[in-house]
Amino acid sequence: MSRAALLVLADGRFPAGGHAHSGGAEAAVRAGRITDAASLEAFCRGRLYTSGVVAACVAAAAALGVDPGELDRAADARTPSPALRVTARRLGRQLMRAARSTWPSAELDALAALFPKGAHQPVVLGLAARAAGLGALDAAHCSLYEGVSGPATAVVRLLGLDPFDATAVLARLSAEMDRVAQEAMETGERVVTDGVDVLPARSAPLLEIGAEAHAAWAVRLFAS
Amino acid sequence: MDRVTTTAGGVRASARVLARGDGRGGTVLPVLEGEGPLAVRRTRGSGAEARVMLVGAMSGPLGGDHFTVAAHAAAGARLRVGSAAATLALPGQDKTGARYDVRITVDDDAELSWLPEQLISAGGSDLHVTTSVELAAGARLLLREEQVLGRAGEEPGRLTSRLTVRIDGRCVLDQELACGPGAPGGWDGPAGLAGHRAVGQLVVVRPAFATGPPAARVFEEGAAVLPLVGPAVLVTAVAPDALRLRRLLDGALASLD
Repeated sequence: MSRAALLVLADGRFPAGGHAHSGGAEAAVRAGRITDAASLEAFCRGRLYTSGVVAACVAAAAALGVDPGELDRAADARTPSPALRVTARRLGRQLMRAARSTWPSAELDALAALFPKGAHQPVVLGLAARAAGLGALDAAHCSLYEGVSGPATAVVRLLGLDPFDATAVLARLSAEMDRVAQEAMETGERVVTDGVDVLPARSAPLLEIGAEAHAAWAVRLFAS
Repeated sequence: MDRVTTTAGGVRASARVLARGDGRGGTVLPVLEGEGPLAVRRTRGSGAEARVMLVGAMSGPLGGDHFTVAAHAAAGARLRVGSAAATLALPGQDKTGARYDVRITVDDDAELSWLPEQLISAGGSDLHVTTSVELAAGARLLLREEQVLGRAGEEPGRLTSRLTVRIDGRCVLDQELACGPGAPGGWDGPAGLAGHRAVGQLVVVRPAFATGPPAARVFEEGAAVLPLVGPAVLVTAVAPDALRLRRLLDGALASLD
């Protein structure tokens, strides 16, 4: 693996459109559930162990070459909120565009042809990692980091939270992210032999409900 | 006839219901059997529908217990399954936790309503529930699950509940809720339950949803109507307590018609 390629893919400035999304933080701020660094940390931790770990396992499995169509269907079944499915596909399409020009690959071309409106973002992320010469653990790390850094960055704008405090939240989560990434890689390896049913399905009720509420707002700062 | 098997760990028990159309617009129950803590009774139905009640004959599940309930609605059946009381997960001698597995099968031209009372996760308990639903393309389903975290004023136990729905072989819903002490971090935080102590799901499957699915929307505060990829809808809801949760789910269900 190339450590530099991992940094390119994980960089918040990689032009994949993630900066326009808050990962549910905008809805949680509006509902008064995120008010400071401590509640941001609890929010990020909740995401990490629910939709975060599911996405990381999908990304790891895709990086290991599991059939992307099957992974995409498994992601659909684990994303009951239509608003979150739309977001996942939109982010997948944007990542696809960036990844194809950064690391041209026949596999990415084939996935783009199969899903013209976008595949679930973690599926694309896993194949982008493959195209960049990265492995399943790298794909899982990218996915998990993105899943918590998005809300942390968004809350700086939404609440005027001190950026140092927001970054400290991410630093405090890093040991857990390392552990979950390792588990996600191992799950990805099991998917190769046992199929997509072994993917985790952990859900966070308020992320689902909040996403639908947010999608219906007339005015919002973030797309999701 | 007592076929309850008690292992060193706890009680293993199962119940089985099979319903099918009688060919004259009614529903018969060729199989209706339970054991030990899982008794099943036929109660008065209405019209074409047969009603079955799960009656808890013992407390539990306790740590170490493993219960399995299987319900199958075959062609022509209209089956409604309820429970006489809430299920209370309690701590046991066995530290391995308890398991409760529900297997639901609905064939073409059959309908199953699975409407048990709440599952209450008492302090110190550790229960793993799986609900696995297999539906034919033309099956109809109404399924309700409600989890209540702790009795009044009590800290909850550990509860893991996984719900999987397949229609015509395709998985349309796979979700797991994990909460209580020892659950992965953040379960009660702003992304998880945020202090709500009752959480519930309704799954409604109707072949007509394939062409005219309900619109996604938030229902009051605390519930959302979520059309799935397939002729199915999930209503997910959180509430401060069991009573308000039931009201939310009932209201959201009525709004689908």
